[in-house]
Amino acid sequence: MSEASTENLKRTPLFDSHVKMGGKLVAFAGYEMPVQFEGVMAEHIWTRTQAGLFDVSHMGPCFLTLEAGIGGGDAAHAEISALVETLVPSDITSLKPGQARLTVLLNEDGGILDDLIITRPLGEDAQGTLYIVVNGAMKEQDWAIFEKALAGKAVLTRADDRILFALQGPKAVDVMADFFPGCEELTFMQHMPFEVNGQRCIVSRCGYTGEDGFEVLIPAEAGLPLIEEMYTDERVKPIGLGARDSLRLEAGLCLYGHDLNPEISPIEADLAWVIQKRRREAGNFPGAERILRELKDGPAKKRVGIRPLERAPAREGAEIQINGETIGVVTSGGFGPTYDAPVAMGYVAAAHAAPGTKIDLIVRGKARPAEVAALPFVPQNYKR
Amino acid sequence: MTTYYTKDHEWVRVEGDTGTVGITSYAAGQLGDVVYVELPEAGASLAKGDGFAVVESVKAASDVYAPISGAVLESNTGLADAPEKVSEAAESDAWFVRVKISDTAELEGLMDLAAYTEYCEGL
Repeated sequence: MSEASTENLKRTPLFDSHVKMGGKLVAFAGYEMPVQFEGVMAEHIWTRTQAGLFDVSHMGPCFLTLEAGIGGGDAAHAEISALVETLVPSDITSLKPGQARLTVLLNEDGGILDDLIITRPLGEDAQGTLYIVVNGAMKEQDWAIFEKALAGKAVLTRADDRILFALQGPKAVDVMADFFPGCEELTFMQHMPFEVNGQRCIVSRCGYTGEDGFEVLIPAEAGLPLIEEMYTDERVKPIGLGARDSLRLEAGLCLYGHDLNPEISPIEADLAWVIQKRRREAGNFPGAERILRELKDGPAKKRVGIRPLERAPAREGAEIQINGETIGVVTSGGFGPTYDAPVAMGYVAAAHAAPGTKIDLIVRGKARPAEVAALPFVPQNYKR
Repeated sequence: MTTYYTKDHEWVRVEGDTGTVGITSYAAGQLGDVVYVELPEAGASLAKGDGFAVVESVKAASDVYAPISGAVLESNTGLADAPEKVSEAAESDAWFVRVKISDTAELEGLMDLAAYTEYCEGL
C-alpha cells in the first residue's frame, strides 16, 4: 500500500479519538481517516452482529434555506424543493416532514455527478430548509453547483465542521435508544431532531452497510463526550473505512467515483427507483431526454452483481469477458466476509445482465470463471 | 540451514541448493486478513526481484517478490483452501514455494534475522 503524504490533510473532530482507539490512519477524501482498528474482517463481522461506529464527518452535510421572509409550511417546502428539483430527478416536493430520500445530482447529459440524501426537516419553523448529505470527495463541487442554482433565492450553510457519525448493526437501535430516547420509533429514511447538552442534533435512521442503523449530525462539543460514552458500551466498537467498503459492497450499494461517475446514468446504475412517477411524467430534470429514453428502451449497459466462482477476488478495473470478448468492467471488488467469498460489482452489456449468466473475469491476465449475481449479496436489514 | 530476509519482507530458508520461500510475520501483520494466495506452479522459473506470488487481503492485492532466482520445485497447495494460515504461521506452515536455487551468490545481499529485526524496528 502506498503511503500518501499526510501534509495538508484535514482532520475530523474525532481524529484524537481514532488515534486513542488504535486506528490506522490513511488519506481519504482530503482527510486523515481510520482505514481499520483491529482489522477489516473482525470489524465487518462486528458490524453485522453488534454495533459498529463509523466516523463520516468527512462527508458533506449542509443545509439549504430559502432567503428570509418567505414563510414556513408546505409552501416554503414546495419552493425550496422546486429549486433542488432542477438538479436532481427525485420527487423532493412530496417528502413528508421527517422523511429522507436518496437521489443523484445530474449533469446535462444525465450522468451522475454525485449521490446524496435529501431530508425534509420536522417542525413548522424548519420548512423552507432541506438537510442534505453529499459525498466527502465531491462536496466542494456539489456545493458550488447548489450555490449557482440557488443564487439570490436560497443560502447554503456548510455543516462539515460538525461530527457526522453512523452507528450500524443489529444492536445499534438498542444502543441509540439509551442516548436518544424515542429514536427507536423511526423507520428507515426518517429522522428527528434532538437536543444533547444544549446542542441541536439530527438523528436519521439510515446508513451505508445494509444493516439497520442511524446517522447523527452533532456539534463537536456535544458529540465527543457522547461518542466516548458509547465506546464504553460493550456492544459498540469503532469501525474503519476498510470494513465500510466491504459492508456496502456486500449490501449492493454504489460507491461514487467507482460504481458511479459523470458518464453513467441512473438507469445504467440500476437506480431507476430514485426517479419517482411525477418526475418521469414531467421529464424536467437534467439529461431527461437520455434518461427517459433508457427507461423506455433499456440502457446499453447495466450495473450488476458479480460472483467469482473461484477464491481469487477480482478488483476494480478487471475486464469482464464472454468467450474472449470484452462485455464490461468491474467497478468494485473484494472479499465479502459475511458472504465468505469474493464479491464484485460492475457494468456489463445489457444482453448479459441476467443473474446466472456465465462470464470470465480477467485477473492478472488470466480468465477466471464467474457469474452475474443478484444484488445484494447479503440481505439488507433495514427497519421498514 | 540458514534463513535470509529481504527488505520487501520475504524470507528464504536455505538447505543445500534448495530454498523455501515465504513472507515474514511482519508482512502478514501489515496485510491483515489474507483471503487468497496466488502461487506459481512447479516448474515455473523465478528471477530475483520479480513478483512471483500475490497475496490478497479483504481490501487489496499485494505482490510478493522472489528473494532468489531458481526453478519452483513445489508450491504450498494447502494455502489454496486455507489462506488464513498466512496470518497465523507466516514463517513456518504457510511457506509459499520450494525453489532449486540457481545462484547461491544471490544470497549475499540478503539480511540475517538480526539485521532484518533491526530493519523492521526502524520502519
